[in-house]
Amino acid sequence: MKGITTGQIKMNIAVLSGKGGTGKTMVSVNLARIAVPSVYVDCDVEEPNGHLYFKPEDVVCEEVSVLVPKSDPDKCNGCRECVRFCRFNALVFSLDRLTVFNDMCHSCGGCSVICPQEAITEYPRTIGHLELGRSGDVYVRTGIMNIGEVAGSPIISRLLDVNTSPKKGITFIDCPPGSSCMVMESIKDADFCLLVTEPTIFGTHNLKMVVELVTEFDKPFGVILNKTVEGEADPSEEYCLENHIPIIGRIPFDRELSNLSSEAKIASEESVRFENLFQSILDNISEMV
Amino acid sequence: MMKQLLILSGKGGTGKTTVAGAMTHLFRAMACADCDVDAPNLHLIFGNTGKEQRKDYYGLPKAHIDEAICTMCGLCSEMCRFDAIKVGYTTRVDSHACEGCGLCEAICPQDAIEMRPVVAGDLRLYTDLEKGVFSTAQLRIGNGTSGLLVTEVKKQMIGAAEGAELAIIDGPPGIGCPVIASISGVDMVLIVAEPSISGLSDMERILDTARGLKAFSAVCVNKADLNPRLTDNIVTRCREREVPYLGEIPYDPEVVRVVNRGLTLAYSECPAGVAVREIFERVAELLYEGVVE
Repeated sequence: MKGITTGQIKMNIAVLSGKGGTGKTMVSVNLARIAVPSVYVDCDVEEPNGHLYFKPEDVVCEEVSVLVPKSDPDKCNGCRECVRFCRFNALVFSLDRLTVFNDMCHSCGGCSVICPQEAITEYPRTIGHLELGRSGDVYVRTGIMNIGEVAGSPIISRLLDVNTSPKKGITFIDCPPGSSCMVMESIKDADFCLLVTEPTIFGTHNLKMVVELVTEFDKPFGVILNKTVEGEADPSEEYCLENHIPIIGRIPFDRELSNLSSEAKIASEESVRFENLFQSILDNISEMV
Repeated sequence: MMKQLLILSGKGGTGKTTVAGAMTHLFRAMACADCDVDAPNLHLIFGNTGKEQRKDYYGLPKAHIDEAICTMCGLCSEMCRFDAIKVGYTTRVDSHACEGCGLCEAICPQDAIEMRPVVAGDLRLYTDLEKGVFSTAQLRIGNGTSGLLVTEVKKQMIGAAEGAELAIIDGPPGIGCPVIASISGVDMVLIVAEPSISGLSDMERILDTARGLKAFSAVCVNKADLNPRLTDNIVTRCREREVPYLGEIPYDPEVVRVVNRGLTLAYSECPAGVAVREIFERVAELLYEGVVE
């Protein structure tokens, strides 16, 4: 069975968890390293970490920008149609001029369309960048939001649109925490969702939320129980068993794994024990899809 | 005047909620809020929280197309920047993609589109005379207006906790809109960092974000002994950045047991409980006197 499908098929696997810190990135980078040739996409644009493990080479940067409006004071007659239109409160007219609050703007372009004087035009404003590189046979794609920016979704959209993938192989999409629109954007094109959880009531509570999310989007999914401890209660495991949710793998809490990961080392590269562990998880996923 | 202490981390899962829960009890704070509206957890360790009031939270209204009037001209679909309107057998709005800008409503030649209010989540307020006020919320899955909801959670807490001297706020992960909304108006940010390369990178980004908003921050490290070398690096970075460093909590399997019983670490005798109380003393000194030791 070992590795029958890796490299032979093209598919997207989204890795998500609801709760932060359950091990999404650790799982994603290890699976991507084993499933070569593969692609690793880091959609946690607020706090991207996967590149710290891969240390990609030949990195190409690409700026990501959104369109924001500006008004031509010679054309503007102060009618305030745009201010009334903008539901995001991004426009204020005072002291005879239009002020744009870029952070509030959703780049809908509406103000420029409805302005009766055609006084509003749009210009691109940078909110972050992509780093596209390679680490051996893993294509590593990272989205990084600039400090102080509010919305990372446009960076995720751009990141998922970039086409530098090999023709075959698995793409692993490392999602942001939570279950908001950013996560939704990240799993949009996923063929399978891998939910990583931990044995705490926090982990279980947030797992339920992402189960709801992937169910709503009709995505096939399975769960990885991370940081399990022999002999201790595991509310996440109980929840999966009660609800007939497939458990794809168990990763016991392990000081060596924890230490390797804390040093941003890819455990499956460092030890056969972890290579086997992640290979078996990959095989289980292959069997499910 | 109510003081506000916000717990943040940048990286998720470093122990924000565990620390926030303990701080609430140790400070005997009469006001408390969970601003991680995407994935709230603080309510799970507060046990009996008294009387609950729930109310719907409305995000921005979303587009609704009257099929009887729509002529399927496709203009709305063409103009929508969020790819939220698809023309097929009918013209359909993807309510998850719709951000509620209202452009389609404004330009529809047939006036077939109307923006309608949609429940995006709910706000919950718990009031208990002895334990004080606890404000929390849950955003419905796939919604994207959580910064506004964060502001509502804090407003609800402040409105209900008249006379409370201190509020403890559990923040969201990341550095984006919800985090920025949670930082607004707080007196101090306590950052719970984690000794890993990832944790260090994320701590730098959240410290930069807080500094950009002129918020006063301090740092503590959770699970410090899992990587003493990186804990030392965090201490060094704090010194270089002139950010107060308030101590460390060891990795302690007892923490999971305490949390899974629905309790906080406040009165726990385990090593992590002892460490949290030491950090609490330093937070109190910083918050009320502005200096440590």
